[in-house]
Amino acid sequence: MKENVGTLADPTPLRVRLALRDLDGVTLLALPAVLFVVALFIYPFAYGFVLSFQPKAGNWLANYTKFFSDPFLYDTIGATFRLAIPATLINVLASVPVALRVRHLQYRRLLTAILVIPITLGTVLIAEGLLIYLGPQGWFNRVLLMIGVGKIRLVHNYTGVTLSLILSGFPFTFLLTLSYLTGIDPSLEQAASTLGAKARARFVYVLLPLLAQGLAINLCLSFVQTFSVFPSAVLLGAPAGDTRVISIAAYQAAYEQYDSSMASAIAMIMGFCQLIVVVVILFGRSLAYRGAASGGKG
Amino acid sequence: MAIAARDYRELRLENMSRTFGSINALKGVTLNVRRGEFIALLGPSGCGKSTALNCLAGLLTLSGGGIWLDTTRIDRLPPEARGFGMVFQNYALFPHMSVRRNIGFGLNMHGIAKDKIERKVDEALSIVRLGDQGDKLPGQLSGGQQQRVAIARAIVIEPPLVLMDEPLSNLDAKLRLEMRAEIRRIHELIGSATIYVTHDQEEALSLADRIVVMRAGEVRQVGTPEGLYLRPAHADVAEFMGYRNQLRVRATRADKLIHVNVAGANLPATPVDAVDEGEVVAAIRPDDLAVSATGSIAATVESAQYHGHSFYCSGRIADGTELYFQSDRRVSKGETVRLAADSGRVLVYSRATA
Amino acid sequence: MAAEKSIGERLWATAIWALVTIFILNFTAMVATVVINSFGTRWFNAWLPAGFTTRWYESAWNEFQLHDVLIVTFEVVGAVVLLSGLLGVPAAYAMARRNFPGKQVVVLLFLLPLLIPPITFGIPLATVLYQAHLGGNMSGVILANLVPSVPFVVLVMIPFIEQIDPRIEAAARVFGAGTGRLFVHVVLPLLAPGILAALLLVLVRTIAMFELTFFTAGPGSQTLVVALYYAVYAAGVRAGQSIDAMAVIYMLTTLVWLLIALRFVDPTQIVTRVKREAAV
Repeated sequence: MKENVGTLADPTPLRVRLALRDLDGVTLLALPAVLFVVALFIYPFAYGFVLSFQPKAGNWLANYTKFFSDPFLYDTIGATFRLAIPATLINVLASVPVALRVRHLQYRRLLTAILVIPITLGTVLIAEGLLIYLGPQGWFNRVLLMIGVGKIRLVHNYTGVTLSLILSGFPFTFLLTLSYLTGIDPSLEQAASTLGAKARARFVYVLLPLLAQGLAINLCLSFVQTFSVFPSAVLLGAPAGDTRVISIAAYQAAYEQYDSSMASAIAMIMGFCQLIVVVVILFGRSLAYRGAASGGKG
Repeated sequence: MAIAARDYRELRLENMSRTFGSINALKGVTLNVRRGEFIALLGPSGCGKSTALNCLAGLLTLSGGGIWLDTTRIDRLPPEARGFGMVFQNYALFPHMSVRRNIGFGLNMHGIAKDKIERKVDEALSIVRLGDQGDKLPGQLSGGQQQRVAIARAIVIEPPLVLMDEPLSNLDAKLRLEMRAEIRRIHELIGSATIYVTHDQEEALSLADRIVVMRAGEVRQVGTPEGLYLRPAHADVAEFMGYRNQLRVRATRADKLIHVNVAGANLPATPVDAVDEGEVVAAIRPDDLAVSATGSIAATVESAQYHGHSFYCSGRIADGTELYFQSDRRVSKGETVRLAADSGRVLVYSRATA
Repeated sequence: MAAEKSIGERLWATAIWALVTIFILNFTAMVATVVINSFGTRWFNAWLPAGFTTRWYESAWNEFQLHDVLIVTFEVVGAVVLLSGLLGVPAAYAMARRNFPGKQVVVLLFLLPLLIPPITFGIPLATVLYQAHLGGNMSGVILANLVPSVPFVVLVMIPFIEQIDPRIEAAARVFGAGTGRLFVHVVLPLLAPGILAALLLVLVRTIAMFELTFFTAGPGSQTLVVALYYAVYAAGVRAGQSIDAMAVIYMLTTLVWLLIALRFVDPTQIVTRVKREAAV
C-alpha cells in the first residue's frame, strides 16, 4: 500500500516556503512602485551613463576629454564649488546656534512654520523676488544708502546667487538640525549641568558629539542641493561669467546644442563631484568620531 | 576614605514653591536636612516630589521661598554651581563616553588634575563594585550596572548632597531589592546627605532616616519610618502608608475613650488628631484586622489570596463597605467571619482633614 | 536651565535672535516687494510705487496665458498626487509589514531619487522620455515629477503604517477578509490622516518642483513655476510688474496648499521625514 507514503514525503509547498521568507501577495504590492523607480530612475541613469560614452564624434572618452580640455566647460566645476561650499557651510553652521536657541522656545512651531515658507516657494520665486529686492532700486540698497553704507551690487553676480542659496537653504538645514537636536535626551544635558558643566562645556562634551552624525548628513544633503543650483544661477547670477555653474553647462549641451550624449556626460561628472564630497564628509566624520571615543580616560 | 562628602551642618528648605502657569506644583515646602541624613520624598504621582528635587538641583527655578546651605543661599545658583550629585531615573549616562569618562566627567568640569581624576574614578568604581567595567560604553551594560555607574558619577565629586529621582523604578523586582541595600551602604560609606524621591512606601520605609510624605504640592507629614508606619498624622497619609481600610463611621466618647461603630460593633480606637463625637474616618491596616472567633465585626468573605504565611482577604460588612483583612486559616467565599482589631491599631481621624 | 545668565550669554542670545530676525525680515521684505510691485503703476527711484492698480493682473493673465497654465499645473499636480498615492501607499504597506530578502536594496532604491538632486538625474531622464516620444508633453511632465514623489510617499507612509497594530489586520483576516477587503475596510480608514498628510506634502512639493518640469515640458505643458521662470528669463521684453503679478499668483497657489497642509502636518515633516530615514 504505497499511496500515502508519497504524500508524507512531499516537500513544503513553494507558496509556504516563500511566505516564510516574507514573500507573498502583500510583498507584491511594492512591485509597481519598485518597477516604476527602476524604469524611470535607474534605467535613465544607466542609460545616461552609457550614452556619455557614445559621443557624437571621437572615441568613447571624447565627451570627457572635451569637457576637461575646454576651460569654458571645466571652469564650471570650480564656479559651482565656489558657490556651493561657502553657502553650505554658512547654512549648516548657522543652523546650530539658531536651533540651540529655538528648541526651548514656546512658539517653536510657529517659527518653524514661518521658516518652511521659503522652502515651499522654491528657488525660482526667490530668485525673482531678490532681483527686485536686492536690485539697485530695491529696498535693500535704499536702506544701505540711508544708513550711509552706499549701494552694493547684489544682482547678476556671485553675491546675489549666494544670498538666494542661503535664503532657500537655511530653513532646510535649520529644520534638520532642530530635529536632530530635539532627538537628544534632555536629561543628558541636565546631568552634565549638575556635574558642573556650563553651557559651552555642555555643548562641546555632550551635544556636539551626539550631533556629529546628524551634522555630517546635513552637510552632505545641503551640499548636494547647493551644488545643483540652476534657476537662481541663471536668473540672479551671471550665467555667462561668475556663476556659470555646471548645471548650466549640462542644460546648454542638452537643449542648445542638442548633444544629449555630452549632456549626460556632464550630468555624470556633476553626480561624481557630489559623490566625492559626500564620501569625504562621511569619511572625515568617522575619523573624528573614532578619535573622540578613544580620547582616553577622564 | 578618599571619597567623602563635603562638610556642612544643614540644608534648609524654606517655603519652597513652584508654579507652572496656573498650576501650583509646590506649595511652600519647609524642611531641614542634617549632614549625613537619608531623606525620602514619598508620595503619589503629581504630588510635587520630583518638582521639589529638580528645584533643589537647580533644574527648575523657585517661584517662591529659598534654599540655604548653612549660611549660603543657593537657590539663585545654576545647577553647575551648586555641586550636588544627582542620579536620574533613566540614569542619563553619556552614551558616547566610556564608564570611566562618565564617572570622571564632573571632576573634569571642576578642573581636577588628570592623575587625581584617575584615582578617584578607580575608587568610585570599587565602591559601586564595577572595577572591571571601566572601559565599556553605557550601551554595553545591563540596567543594574548602568545604575551603579550613575551613582558612582554622582558621588565621585564628593557632594554635600546626593539627589536621587526614583532611581530603582526601571529595574526588575529582585534587582531593586539588591540595589536598595547597595544605595544604603554607599550612603553610609560616603556620609553625604541623600534626598531620595519615590512613590514606593516600602522603599522609603527601608531606606530613609526620615520620610517626607507629600501630596498635591504640600508636605503632609515628616517623620521616621516607625513614626509614619505606626502613627500617620492624616487619613490620606495613612492610606498611602498601607492603611487600606478607610472607614467612614460614627464615633462616640465613653470614659474618655473614643469608640467607633463598625457594622454595629463598638470598637475602641485611638484618636490621632482632634477627634470628637460624630463622623470620623477609622483607618486600619489589613494585617491588623484579623479573623478571630472573639471578634466583634461580622463580615462576609469575598476573596482570599494565599500568601504563604497567611491569607490576604477582602470582604463586606452589613452596610456594603468593603474591608481588607488577614486570616491565618483558609476561608471560603461567602463564609461569614468575625474580625477583631487591637484598639491601638485602629486610628481615628476627624473627617475634616480626611 | 535655571538661574540668571551672564552678560556674555545674553549678548550671544541677542546676536542669534538678531540674525533670525534679519533673515525673516529680509525674506518678508522680498515677498512684500513682489506683491507691492504687482500692484504698482510705476515704481522707480522711490520707496513705494507712484500709484496702485490691478491692471497688471489682467495683463499677466493674458500675456502668460495663465488660465491655461493654471489648468496644466493642476492637472499635472493632480495626476502626480493621485498616481504617487496609488503606487506609493501599497508599496509602503509592503515595506512596513514584510521583511523580505533584498529589502535594504529596495529602501536604497526609494531613497536615491530623494537624495540625488533633480538636475543630476533630470537630464538623462528627459533624454529617455524624449526618446520614448513622451517628452515635451503632459505625460512626460507627469512621469518626471512622479520620480521623486513616489518614493516620498513611500518613505513618509512607512512610519504611519508601522504605527497600526498588525493584530488588527490579523483579526480582520481571521474574520474572513482577503487582502483587498482588508485594505478597503481596515487599513485605508486607519491610514487616512497619514495618506492625506503625505499627499498634501506631495502637492506642495510638486507645485514648486522646477527642474524636472523644466527639462521635460513642451509649450503646452508648462507648470506655473516654469512659466514664471521663462517670464523672468525673458524679462527685458516684458514689464516687470506683470511678471510680479504672475509671481504673486504662484505664491498664492503654493501658500494656500501649504496652509492646508500645515493643519495636518508638523512643518518639519516636509523636510525631515525623508532625511530621518536616510540618517537611520
